[in-house]
Amino acid sequence: MKAPKFEYVRAGSRQQALELLDQHGEDGRILAGGQSLMPTLNMRLSQPGTLIDINKIADLSGITLENNVVRIGAMTRHVEVANSPIIAEHLPLIAEAMEHVAHHAVRNRGTIGGSVALADPAAEMPACVLALGATLIVESVKGRREIAADDYFQGLYETARESNELLVEISVPIEKPDDVSVFLELAQRHGDFAMAGLACVARISNRTFEDLRLVYFGSEDKPTIATGAMAAVVGQTWSAACKEAAADALTNDLDPMTNLQGSSEMKLHLQKVLTGRALDAAIERAEAA
Amino acid sequence: MLDKPNSYVGRTLSRDAAKRAVAGRGRYTDDIAPARTLHAAFVRSPYGHAKILSIDVEAAKQQPGVTLVMTGAELAEMCTGPWVGTLVCFDGMKSEPQHPMAIDRACWQGEPVVMVVASTRAEAEDAAELVIVEYEELPVVIDKETALDKSTPVIHPDLGDNLAFEKMIETGDVEKAVAEADVVIEDTFTFGRHTAVSLEPRALLAEYDPGTERLTIHTSSQCPHMIQAVFARTLGVPEHNVRIVAPDVGGSFGLKIHTFGDEIAATAAAIKLARPVKFVADRLESFATDIHARENCVKARMAVSKDGIITSLDIDVRSGAGAYSQYPRTSVFEANQILNITGGPYGHENYRATTQVVYLNKVPTSQYRAVGHPIGNTVGESLVDQAAAACNIDPMEFRRRNVMRDDSYPRVSAAGIEMRDMSHQQCLETLVERMSYDALREEQAELRKQGIQRGIGIAAFIKGTAPGPAGYYGAGGAPISSQDSCTIKLEPSGGVICMVGVTDQGQGVDTVMGQIAAATLGVPMESVRVIEGDTDAVPYGGGTYASRATAIGGEATYQAAMTLRAEILEIAGVLLQAEPDTLDILDGHVVDKGDTSSRISLAEIGRIGHFQVAELPNHIQPTLSATHRFRLRDALYIFTNGIQGAYVEVDTDTGFIKLLNHWVIEDCGRVINPQLADEQVRGGCVQGLGGALYEECVYDTAGQLQNATLADYLTPMAGEMPDIEVAHIQTHTGVSELGAKGVGESGTGAAPAVVMNAVNDAIRPFGGKVTAQPMSPETILKALGKV
Repeated sequence: MKAPKFEYVRAGSRQQALELLDQHGEDGRILAGGQSLMPTLNMRLSQPGTLIDINKIADLSGITLENNVVRIGAMTRHVEVANSPIIAEHLPLIAEAMEHVAHHAVRNRGTIGGSVALADPAAEMPACVLALGATLIVESVKGRREIAADDYFQGLYETARESNELLVEISVPIEKPDDVSVFLELAQRHGDFAMAGLACVARISNRTFEDLRLVYFGSEDKPTIATGAMAAVVGQTWSAACKEAAADALTNDLDPMTNLQGSSEMKLHLQKVLTGRALDAAIERAEAA
Repeated sequence: MLDKPNSYVGRTLSRDAAKRAVAGRGRYTDDIAPARTLHAAFVRSPYGHAKILSIDVEAAKQQPGVTLVMTGAELAEMCTGPWVGTLVCFDGMKSEPQHPMAIDRACWQGEPVVMVVASTRAEAEDAAELVIVEYEELPVVIDKETALDKSTPVIHPDLGDNLAFEKMIETGDVEKAVAEADVVIEDTFTFGRHTAVSLEPRALLAEYDPGTERLTIHTSSQCPHMIQAVFARTLGVPEHNVRIVAPDVGGSFGLKIHTFGDEIAATAAAIKLARPVKFVADRLESFATDIHARENCVKARMAVSKDGIITSLDIDVRSGAGAYSQYPRTSVFEANQILNITGGPYGHENYRATTQVVYLNKVPTSQYRAVGHPIGNTVGESLVDQAAAACNIDPMEFRRRNVMRDDSYPRVSAAGIEMRDMSHQQCLETLVERMSYDALREEQAELRKQGIQRGIGIAAFIKGTAPGPAGYYGAGGAPISSQDSCTIKLEPSGGVICMVGVTDQGQGVDTVMGQIAAATLGVPMESVRVIEGDTDAVPYGGGTYASRATAIGGEATYQAAMTLRAEILEIAGVLLQAEPDTLDILDGHVVDKGDTSSRISLAEIGRIGHFQVAELPNHIQPTLSATHRFRLRDALYIFTNGIQGAYVEVDTDTGFIKLLNHWVIEDCGRVINPQLADEQVRGGCVQGLGGALYEECVYDTAGQLQNATLADYLTPMAGEMPDIEVAHIQTHTGVSELGAKGVGESGTGAAPAVVMNAVNDAIRPFGGKVTAQPMSPETILKALGKV
């Protein structure tokens, strides 16, 4: 289980990385935290010609708050996100999700940009950025482009990022003071790939959902917004009937993939269970606020 | 001797190797890197079953660093003949001759086809990608249930069918008991295939010196002498010219008592090239080529009287082997052991057990920790719980009425197994107390009212440990010793060298042998060095498997130390003009037995015995060493017993199981080192829980292993494991003076049974019942009718 031969270049600057990416195209691969890339290289599932290491590019990492937007550099490691007071205060959804992201060793190296760029369907960060309406900022030698999270995730490991583009930043509007968020995930062992999960952002007044965003992961080919379930709940006062309506609607929103963790039917069942639990929790949090 | 005040026996001492391992100073096979070492990588069959039409190695041979490319046919020319994985003790068993690498046909995905040897492993893998093998796919046999059907293809036409072995045990009259029973419980249980997943994978470094014609193999092994015999015989090297060294071994669990074709190939390359050749299985290869185990389906029936007395048990076991019976220990032990132990704690007199072991196009199966026991215990204990519920008797009380009485030994079980020195009743009552059984039942009932579904599991068990010579391996024709041995020496310094045939894989066998030697001789632990795992150094022995190291090797060590002690006291008696029986040895000194005053040090005895022999009269010829071997006499095993308890919570909406508490009360006879015994039980439980909840080698219908990575094959992790409380009842075995039985597998043997009983206890009010392992969330949800 040794990687096949590849060229390795440590990019010293953002510009150099972009030039290398432009030069190598499909044959080049960005090396960020390496937590997904290195195993696929060693198992020879991926054989890129050149690895472009962006670990030493200083201005690709860090978390700042500007005008109610949290800007997270793509090279920011999970551990930094998890420990960030800005994230804890302004993006509690991401803070809550972080403890589900693999294990300490992986969080110490893995990056938020790597997770979003790879778009693993069972990963937490893609679901969070979609739920929070983030903007993904990519750059190429031709310039800078902003992609709404809604447009970014296109399929299984497929995103709107072109092969010559580098994801440089994730801009996330802060969660509004009136909003509550809930992150739930089911994995058989702590830190495993999710069997089912959802990121939920809601505005609730007197137990009535005024606004709601439900993003599911772990069951679909990409993080998925459940428009039917959202419509079944928005404008409604929370009740057992409402919970059931949300679950029913989910049947049309989702089409879970059967895999080793379980059947499509079981995953749909789990997503329905999580929906009820997440909305219960949202009501509870809104009332506690 | 062993029960003196401050004896090392019965005392917790930390493992010798622990500090070294924690400091990163372990020395495993892969850490040994002689100059000019080459590395082997393998081209393996991508198909479950395929004819090999052609092999083109030319491009691979031209690759940088490549020294040798060898096909199965070329390897066969260096071997004395194919392996046949049968033993004569298994009547009627059959297996296809197996070459170390496939020649004309590959019979499982992962079977080695071509070996590439190069300067680095990476170069070998690069070149292996350029080997072109043309295959013609053949139909695969994947499902053990249909493997014997007329319409199913036969994997090995020469065998006539896919049947490896069948057997029946019949005692009493099961049909009569069933006809007369008040309650009859009938069920079918299925068990997924899984594998050992040792932290250190299989590893081998072979070196051949053409000058001396000596073959030296460093390998991560439990059984150096068996490896010596098998490799010598397979490759035609005289056995006495083969040295096997097992350095530090990073876990084994039975995986490392087997022989593998890729290891033979790497050794053949070392002989051919006269250069060191290393092969270390990577994780993918480990999943696809290490032995698998546990794939069984058991149909079972238990007859019970209305007052809750078991009257009969019958089981029918369909066991799924791989494409060949694993040489030399076979692939039928698991089934055979299920027959031996199912219902083993109980006193019923009617028993019928049948099995058919069938060949499948999958990785060969063989012995893995607690062979057969997780299956037999799960089947027996689930039926007991179901019978108790049907009789409306508390499951603890039901077992109380049925376990063999502590005063009823020796006796023979319904399976025909000799039982002695056991303690089911004492273990059960201890468990009741330790788990506060009645209070726990009350808590369970209270929490039910709040919608929290918890379950309490109980599983009594027996465990075959330390197999004897009358039973299987040696008696069946395999070069495997059921004896073990110790040579112990007093050095001129007064230090003691203790060389043992049993081996350490991290569980502390060396520490335990040192404790026995030090306690018996009367010397400080620090002055004893234990040497194990080197066929050039240690007397012949079977090594460590089947919970035998302490029971067999420990007794050999005890007896050898007793002999050396007697010689030391004889020499001391002559020097001191005292009767030896007025003397004792304490803390490295010969002392007066009465007032324990020091008379002469062992260093002085060593000096005189080695250098100043003239001080001794002519009729004294000091050897200052002793060798002892120990064997069981007639018994098949030293059977141990115990009982486990489990407390779990089931989320009935998600099917997730939370393990809350776990208890093990077991009787391994004399406990030498309480902490190490406890840790064996705990680690064993965790391994059993892995099989019960997570682990399964999943094959698709084409014979492709679907989850050969640690991301997809789930092993138990500390975060999900419960605290495991362990207690020992110590009924010494009467077959040895030491009185120790085996302990290494007792946790594994019953943990799957107890956790399944606990889960079923939790979901019984909802009409749910699980009879398949691993108990995935989907299994639970299906049992509850939620999906």
